[in-house]
Amino acid sequence: MRLTCPLCGERDRREFYYYGAEDYLHRPSEGAPLSEWDSYLHLRDNVAGVVRDLWYHEAGCAQWLVVTRNTVTHEISGVELVAERAK
Amino acid sequence: MPDLIAKSALEGRSLALGGVTLAEVDPGPITSIALYPGGTKTAAKGLRTLGLAMPGPNSFIEKKGARIVWTGREQAFLIGVAPPAIEGAALTDQSDGWAVLALSGVAAVEVLARLVPVDLRLAACPVGTALRTQVNHMNAVILRTGDYGFEILVFRSMARTAWHEIENAMHMVQARAGTKI
Repeated sequence: MRLTCPLCGERDRREFYYYGAEDYLHRPSEGAPLSEWDSYLHLRDNVAGVVRDLWYHEAGCAQWLVVTRNTVTHEISGVELVAERAK
Repeated sequence: MPDLIAKSALEGRSLALGGVTLAEVDPGPITSIALYPGGTKTAAKGLRTLGLAMPGPNSFIEKKGARIVWTGREQAFLIGVAPPAIEGAALTDQSDGWAVLALSGVAAVEVLARLVPVDLRLAACPVGTALRTQVNHMNAVILRTGDYGFEILVFRSMARTAWHEIENAMHMVQARAGTKI
């Protein structure tokens, strides 16, 4: 498996660290109801298809990346920098 | 203050095997330049006094013994000269934190191919390329300094490990050179 880092280019899987679902980028605001925190921390969909995950390029540019991939076909359709994503 | 003696990590050692030479080099001062948000313009002005600019990803620029190396998003290492006054960026002295190894020779690329998970052949990695990647399990910055030459920056605490890994790979490449497949 190879990921194309927007800065470093195409790199081997071993340079990256997997963190989890993109949901971690959407932290509930202060005072949000408990159900939202519950969902943020614990509830994940187990999708057969396109998912968005957080990866860390730990042996390269040390940037957090959002990787869009397909769990059925293993196709990787996008890699974006978390730092430069549209908010 | 007592007069302290600066010592390099590997006492300047060198090794030649199978036409490949590995040597520790003294890079001079190393300064990290990390841009503050919106600091691009003012930092560029400071670097212009050396005839340099912030390098693009995966590259380094050299001018009159001063070298500036891309080391990450909005970050670079200035190597070989004392830093000028630069506004709009955090400057930190990294000189003592790194060991620099020079690997040269026609088969140098084959030695690194055993350790580095990136294509370092000249077509994919021309002179002037700077990569942040791994040497086996060690994080490193690799510079393509010539058609047959590389410089490898590793954390100083990893200097002897890096030397050991590369020396092993040099032995392997040398042994392989005499055999027909």
